[in-house]
Amino acid sequence: MDAHATTADPLASTHHGAPRGLARWLTTTNHKDIGTLYLWFAAVMFLVGGLMAMLIRVELFEPGLQVVQPGLFNQLTTMHGLIMIFGVIMPAFTGFANWQVPLMIGAPDMAFPRMNNWSFWLLPVAGALLIGSLFLPGGAVAGGWTMYPPLYLQGGISYDLTIFAIHIMGASSIMGAINIATTILNMRAPGMTLMKMPLFVWTWLITAYLLIAVMPVLAGAVTMLLTDRNFGTHFFDAAGGGDPVMFQHIFWFFGHPEVYILILPAFGIISSVIPTFARKPLFGYASMVYATASIAILSFIVWGHHMFTVGMPAAAQLFFMYATLLIAVPTGVKVFNWVATMWRGSMTFETAMLFAVAFVCLFTIGGFSGLVLAMAPVDIQLQDTYYVVAHFHYVLVTGALFSIYAGIYYWLPKWTGHMVDETLGRWHFWLSAISVNVLFFPMHFLGLAGMPRRIPDYALQFADFNRIASLGGFVFGASQILLLWVILKCIRGGRRAEAKAWEGAEGLEWTVPSPAPYHTFAQPPEVK
Amino acid sequence: MRMLPGLPSSIGFMLFSQAAAAEWRFNLPPPQTEIATRIHDIHTFILLVCLAIFVVVFGAMFWALFRHRKSVGHQAHHFHENTTVEVIWTVIPVLILVGMAWPATRLVLAQKDTADADLTVKVTGYQWKWEYDYLRDEVKFMSVLATPREQIDNRARKGPHYLLEVDEPLVVPVGRKVRLLLTANDVIHAWWVPELGVKQDAIPGFIRDTWFRAERPGVFRGQCAELCGVDHAFMPIVVEVRDEAGYQAWLDEKKSGMARAAADAERTFDAAELKARGEKVYAANCAACHQADGKGLPDIFPALAGAAIASGPAEAHIDLVLEGKAGTAMAAFKDQLNDADIAAVVTWERTAWGNQGSVTQPADVRARRK
Repeated sequence: MDAHATTADPLASTHHGAPRGLARWLTTTNHKDIGTLYLWFAAVMFLVGGLMAMLIRVELFEPGLQVVQPGLFNQLTTMHGLIMIFGVIMPAFTGFANWQVPLMIGAPDMAFPRMNNWSFWLLPVAGALLIGSLFLPGGAVAGGWTMYPPLYLQGGISYDLTIFAIHIMGASSIMGAINIATTILNMRAPGMTLMKMPLFVWTWLITAYLLIAVMPVLAGAVTMLLTDRNFGTHFFDAAGGGDPVMFQHIFWFFGHPEVYILILPAFGIISSVIPTFARKPLFGYASMVYATASIAILSFIVWGHHMFTVGMPAAAQLFFMYATLLIAVPTGVKVFNWVATMWRGSMTFETAMLFAVAFVCLFTIGGFSGLVLAMAPVDIQLQDTYYVVAHFHYVLVTGALFSIYAGIYYWLPKWTGHMVDETLGRWHFWLSAISVNVLFFPMHFLGLAGMPRRIPDYALQFADFNRIASLGGFVFGASQILLLWVILKCIRGGRRAEAKAWEGAEGLEWTVPSPAPYHTFAQPPEVK
Repeated sequence: MRMLPGLPSSIGFMLFSQAAAAEWRFNLPPPQTEIATRIHDIHTFILLVCLAIFVVVFGAMFWALFRHRKSVGHQAHHFHENTTVEVIWTVIPVLILVGMAWPATRLVLAQKDTADADLTVKVTGYQWKWEYDYLRDEVKFMSVLATPREQIDNRARKGPHYLLEVDEPLVVPVGRKVRLLLTANDVIHAWWVPELGVKQDAIPGFIRDTWFRAERPGVFRGQCAELCGVDHAFMPIVVEVRDEAGYQAWLDEKKSGMARAAADAERTFDAAELKARGEKVYAANCAACHQADGKGLPDIFPALAGAAIASGPAEAHIDLVLEGKAGTAMAAFKDQLNDADIAAVVTWERTAWGNQGSVTQPADVRARRK
């Protein structure tokens, strides 16, 4: 690290700047470059996964098979899930962590810059394997992103490639998580105690531990699938003394903490955005930290609620039901705190804030449907229906994705040095916020009425709501092109952003110039 | 991607056929068992609780959004902690949750109580059909989708029970406790009939049980709820609840049908009879993968039209159908189909689509059974 560069030195980006061209991006160890790479990777994968979703909605526009035959349909739903989870939401949050964690804690870079480079560059490899498998004989994996055996044992070569891709993405996530946790624990500016860290940093610290704990579990599960498929083991094959349900236990022991990996950083972003535009400090900071930690701990003992219909004993159903209901308490605390932060503030509604407010409201709808699903006896009706599809799209699209949008609109001025075109941003927000509800809200009704998920064709009584959902989906999909336009426009120019781009913004990232110089905090700031 | 050639004309068909059958359903279907009724009621209760919380919390939020904004000149108040409030909004949700968990706990225990059943049916999931085995009555049959392919491919007008109709429904007596023992032959399936409030995974190698007691006669429809491969959408469940006399009549007819089928295995059929029967068996059991035109799906399911196996020795062909092929989706049909059906379907595969193979008889199949 260049000891002479200071935070305020605008030359920092030139005299110890980036190499030019492709080599800059391939060899970079700079947290900002790597953050940018993660975010663009997520954007590209979002386009791919989004196009798959559009095809799914085209096929589901009306009953009968029209455009996509069942084999390809199953490939599309499976790949859509894998890509959106492992290729979009997780890399996007890691991109935010790379950009913001060092800036927020006053560190010059991440703790392990070279490992940081590697953990990013593994991702395009994994993504290429995954997407490339679509073009292999037999097509891509079609057994659902949850990869349940014995169905998963039936597929062709693409199933092995997908396992390999998941291993690589898992390795990337674990390295990223170790890097982030080490950075947060060791590289905070003098005076920044743990309980003074911005909540985004807290949520990522906890997320990093979740990742380190459960990604190896996923790796173990898919490795057993791999050996069952290729090397004659019978972990999940009853004919050889195995148990297909054991896979579900192992998978969901990973899968439920994974759900929080996908949402805790979102809580962090929202907890940064709302105080800024309410011009008021976050309400109940300490309880927010404790709530996040309790959610993370509880997430390890609720996995069984994904499996209420496998036929577990009543005692197990009751245990998982109670534990799941318990999670509603800290989650509720968070929502109450956000509302209390807005209460008696002095609010303005820039696009970042609009997305944050929509997040609080719509994520809560996903929380409520989660509460319904947590009730084991009711879940018997709703398991594997469109109600579940509605539920997890409310928490992942209007939850995680909207928080990513809020974060993009919030920090773009810091990243690019230009203010966002708020008019375009508002168009993007209102089109997205309305169409996303047209898309996902009718799915609650479909699930209640009895439409199973993962089907390419359906009975006639489901026709109307599917058509409405598809129309909402097309508008939502098209609206996201606006976001790309906003981002490109912001990179190319616009009103110059101040160091403190927003009137109510607090925190170390707003003490460095906009755009943030290539190297920041070579001299650690003093936090009082 | 396989595009459908007749797409434009088929859309016209669809728009016409849907208009009549469409209906708006916002809630769980009308419950037909005590369990389904209690599920319905608990769902309504939770929904109302959630709505109430939503109105209170977001009422406050939207109040703030309109009143506490800079543009109306509202100044920010810099409070950021209040332990009393924090304790209140931690404790109240706990109490609400306890109130929700209590009825749910009682219902879980009721759902799990499969004791003292009047009738036990073993249900086996296959890719992509259900087998029902009435254990005490020695009645056993397959239940497959009855919707014609033309409707799925938009070449014919869709019927009112499109994709929710089968050739042979599960028939049960009204008011009796029916216990289901569920398992599967290949991958995990899930047996689900919303009106009866029953969903249970069928897991290969394991037996799980569940139960229902239908309160009134009627026909109730459901679907497989666990992704089970390419035709997951096409293995519906139909339960016909009859009064006691109707059930007995059905059972007697079924038993005599089983006896006739057993007699078939001893007969020698003429080729035309075998082909006609084989075409039906093929449509119900084979067409999902190998396709009605015998061309299969490239790289996924092999073609039978022009295939070597269909013109080679009949023994190899029969063996493949009986035993399946390990490591592929080709199932073993020895326990699913009787000798006459296997002879018929093998004959059909060997003579349809220009194939020049030989005709096989039930006795040939019997000779190959190990």
